Amino acid sequence: MTTIAFLTGCSELAVLDPKGPVALQQKDLIMWSIGFMLFIVTVVFVLFTLFIVRYRERPENEDYEPPQDEGNKLLEVIWTVVPVLIVIALSVPTVKTIYALEEPPKATSHKDPLVIHATSVDWKWIFTYPEQEIETVNYLHIPEDRPILFKLTSADSMAALWIPRLGGQEYNMAGMETEIYLQADEPGTYKGRNANFTGEGFAEQKFTVTAQTKEEFEQWVEETQASAPKLTKEKYDRLMLKGHTGKHTFSSTHLEWVDHAKQPDYAIKVREKLNPDHDEPF
Amino acid sequence: MNLEWDEFFVTGEPLIYAADVSIVLTTIAIIFVLTYFKKWKWLWREWLTTVDHKKIGIMYIFAALLMLFRAGVDALLMRAQLTVPNSKILEGQHYNEIFTTHGTIMIIFMAMPFLIGLINFVVPLQIGARDVAYPFLNAVSFWTFFMGAMLFNISFIIGGSPSAGWTSYVPLAGDELSPDPGQNFYLIGLQIAGIGTLLTGINFLVTILKMRAPGMTWMRMPMFTWSTLITMILIIFAFPVLTVALALMTFDRLFGSHFFTLADGGLPMLWANLFWIWGHPEVYIVILPAFGIFSEIISTFARKTLFGYKAMVWSIVAIAGLSFVVWVHHFFTMGANAAVNSFFSITTMMIAIPTGVKIFNWLFTLYKGRIKMTTAMLWSLAFIPNFTIGGVTGVMLAMAAADYQYHNTYFLVAHFHYVLISGTVFACFAGLFFWYPKMFGYKLNERLGKWGFWFFMIGFNVTFFPMYFLGLAGMPRRIYTYEWADGWFNLNVVASIGGVGMAIGFVLLVYNIYWSFRHAERENEGDPWDGRTLEWSTPTPVPFYNFAITPTVKGLDAYIIMKKDREQQEKTYKPIHMPSYSGLPIIMSAAFFISGFGLVFKWWWIAIIGLIGVLVTLVLRSFDYDEGYYVQVEEIERIENAYK
Ligand code: HEM
Ligand SMILES: [Cu+2]
Ligand SMILES: [Cu+2]
Repeated sequence: MTTIAFLTGCSELAVLDPKGPVALQQKDLIMWSIGFMLFIVTVVFVLFTLFIVRYRERPENEDYEPPQDEGNKLLEVIWTVVPVLIVIALSVPTVKTIYALEEPPKATSHKDPLVIHATSVDWKWIFTYPEQEIETVNYLHIPEDRPILFKLTSADSMAALWIPRLGGQEYNMAGMETEIYLQADEPGTYKGRNANFTGEGFAEQKFTVTAQTKEEFEQWVEETQASAPKLTKEKYDRLMLKGHTGKHTFSSTHLEWVDHAKQPDYAIKVREKLNPDHDEPF
Repeated sequence: MNLEWDEFFVTGEPLIYAADVSIVLTTIAIIFVLTYFKKWKWLWREWLTTVDHKKIGIMYIFAALLMLFRAGVDALLMRAQLTVPNSKILEGQHYNEIFTTHGTIMIIFMAMPFLIGLINFVVPLQIGARDVAYPFLNAVSFWTFFMGAMLFNISFIIGGSPSAGWTSYVPLAGDELSPDPGQNFYLIGLQIAGIGTLLTGINFLVTILKMRAPGMTWMRMPMFTWSTLITMILIIFAFPVLTVALALMTFDRLFGSHFFTLADGGLPMLWANLFWIWGHPEVYIVILPAFGIFSEIISTFARKTLFGYKAMVWSIVAIAGLSFVVWVHHFFTMGANAAVNSFFSITTMMIAIPTGVKIFNWLFTLYKGRIKMTTAMLWSLAFIPNFTIGGVTGVMLAMAAADYQYHNTYFLVAHFHYVLISGTVFACFAGLFFWYPKMFGYKLNERLGKWGFWFFMIGFNVTFFPMYFLGLAGMPRRIYTYEWADGWFNLNVVASIGGVGMAIGFVLLVYNIYWSFRHAERENEGDPWDGRTLEWSTPTPVPFYNFAITPTVKGLDAYIIMKKDREQQEKTYKPIHMPSYSGLPIIMSAAFFISGFGLVFKWWWIAIIGLIGVLVTLVLRSFDYDEGYYVQVEEIERIENAYK
């Protein structure tokens, strides 16, 4: 245990080092469960060690005839009831947290959540800020201390948006829209990635999240709106080709002509039209 | 499908050429040995056409060990690739194929067949029966499994392997995103093998229900028999779901239907649901028999009757029942509403209750015992603490809100290897050491066995314990590489070192089999461990009719009671009815193989020829009026006296 902690350094266990209220609730739940688990493991290990040391066959006990007891009501009741209690003790906070995560974090629930559409396409991330009319590829800017409502979908394979320090993952599925709230409590850069296997380029399907103060974020929005090129349909269609690409920024969004949650075969159709050998992926 | 020949044979990597060469060489060597020693006829008469449950069991185990080797090599390759960041041992696509074949083979072609092999050998003996209910079908089960496994395995050198994970999620696994034939090997290989599994389910259900020796009431059935019975019920309910799911995806890929496609309103989530409605019971199909095996071994070597036998039985029943209402825990992150996720969180955690009951009953079977540390017992004892770790982390995964963070990470990989290896694999090894003398008339070497155990068990912990922390450090499963900046290097090195330890453990096991075959002391009195159940009452090697006289059961631990009573049963033999051997099962399965091979490449005429072959064998079987034969009393006397 200690060696392992040493090998990683606790702060590198991203899941246990939350930077936002969602990940924090999950960490609290995890720590609560670890307590019970350590208790169970300890009980089993102690009994196990005692019994195999004490009742091992030795030359001295060769004539010992073990009693053929068939059970013991009291003991059996104990080890049924205690697990029931533990399951209850785990279920209550689990259910509470499941419901809590459906809503924006309590502390900031008075603020309007920022809506961002996150679309996965083999093997890139497209982020759309519908209110700001901004679209980015493979990176995100978010304001701190404000709930972000992600609307997830996919242009092809099923992916999962995951930013461990901000909170758990949720699937992106073509033809569907799922939602997840995340939030950063402090400015910083966080790693995000696809956590659900999508084939060949899966390992590199990553993005960065930059959490900024409100002012910095607004400044970034304004600059982007002013200076970034418009996203054309031609450009967008080339993004649909399988492959990787760097970071890109646009001052208009693809929502004008396609919503993958309603048109699951958009990317497939585009690929049939474009010739992947000549049309470079974006 | 128009394939060029150079696409047909997988090319490109030295590893694959090496595999090609070794496959050709091994085949030549086998053919040479069989011809040189004039063993063809023997092989056909004694093994390939057998309907004897004992021989079928041994063939299952042999095939499972081969598959363990194949999938173990896959595992080592993955560990090699992941040891250091940015490693170039395997490219991405190849890594994906390897973890897919590793997972699929381990579950479908290793764990299940190994257990079914032990079940085949042991259960009829344990209940005092002369064979299974349908010996012919039993042979069909084995050969369809075997041919399905072979079809799946040749994808490594012909056509390319599937690469969408053992879960084969659509749309990734569909024609739109994976047009290569690889995925067809998965669909059709599993379909063919699945026929065999379903038949096994029916066969052993009927066997246990109908063929128990007189006096063996429900509550006198040995624990392994109980766990087999419940497992067979799981198979009968779960496997049809897989059959349907595989068939639907096959239609999508071969005939252009739209069950799971992106285009034309397919429902990819339906696949995930169907897969796990089968898949979760499936994990219990590979763990319940393991529980049974441990129960037998722990009770034998603690020299005590199983503590809380009734609670043990009810726990299995409860676990089996719950296993059908937890499948959503495999995709809590699919955006179902809070009520659904809460429900499935709680049902999943409830499984921990009967499982906990079992753990404590095993512990208290040890209490006040006189524990003999044989190799079989070491594997069984090691199961208790290791499985507890796997179990408690399973409960952590069951807490949906926390699972959003564990899902798809190495935390999950660590969890399921903890339960599958310390549960299923330890049980297979324990059972092998335990029943080996019954199968072959000599024990495996205990010294080599113990060395193998320690290497494997310690190696296993060194490999998989760090993975819990890799998961918490944010490492997703199924990535073929990572970067220095990710900070996952140290723990991955540790895990890979552990993998080498497990490999050494496996090699020691195989060497042990060889060494014992050559040198181990032979015995034929048949009860080397002071056994408690009926299989130990037979002489060794077990005569093909198992019991010259059907035993009468007077209680749980039937053989212990017999040994105490020592009453001389009168030996008046009666003629015994036995089924005849048949070549049809292997021929039929070979026809399935040919047909499946044709389907994989959409070479319709081959597929049709194969199907015709299947039909012909079915017709032949229908007009087969061979009702078996009687073993005459003189013959029984001759055989029985030879053991004295
Ligand atoms: C012998 C030692 C073993 C080692 C070193 C090993 C290692 C691995 C590794 C490295 C992965 C891939 C993780 C990833 O990239 O996501 C994996 C996946 C898997 N393993 Fe093992 N494994 C071993 C034994 C087993 C056994 C005995 C079983 C089952 C009885 C098993 C079942 C699986 C399954 C189901 C997967 C998931 C495949 C998938 O993601 O589609 N493994 N294993
Ligand atoms: Cu969906
Ligand atoms: Cu499950």
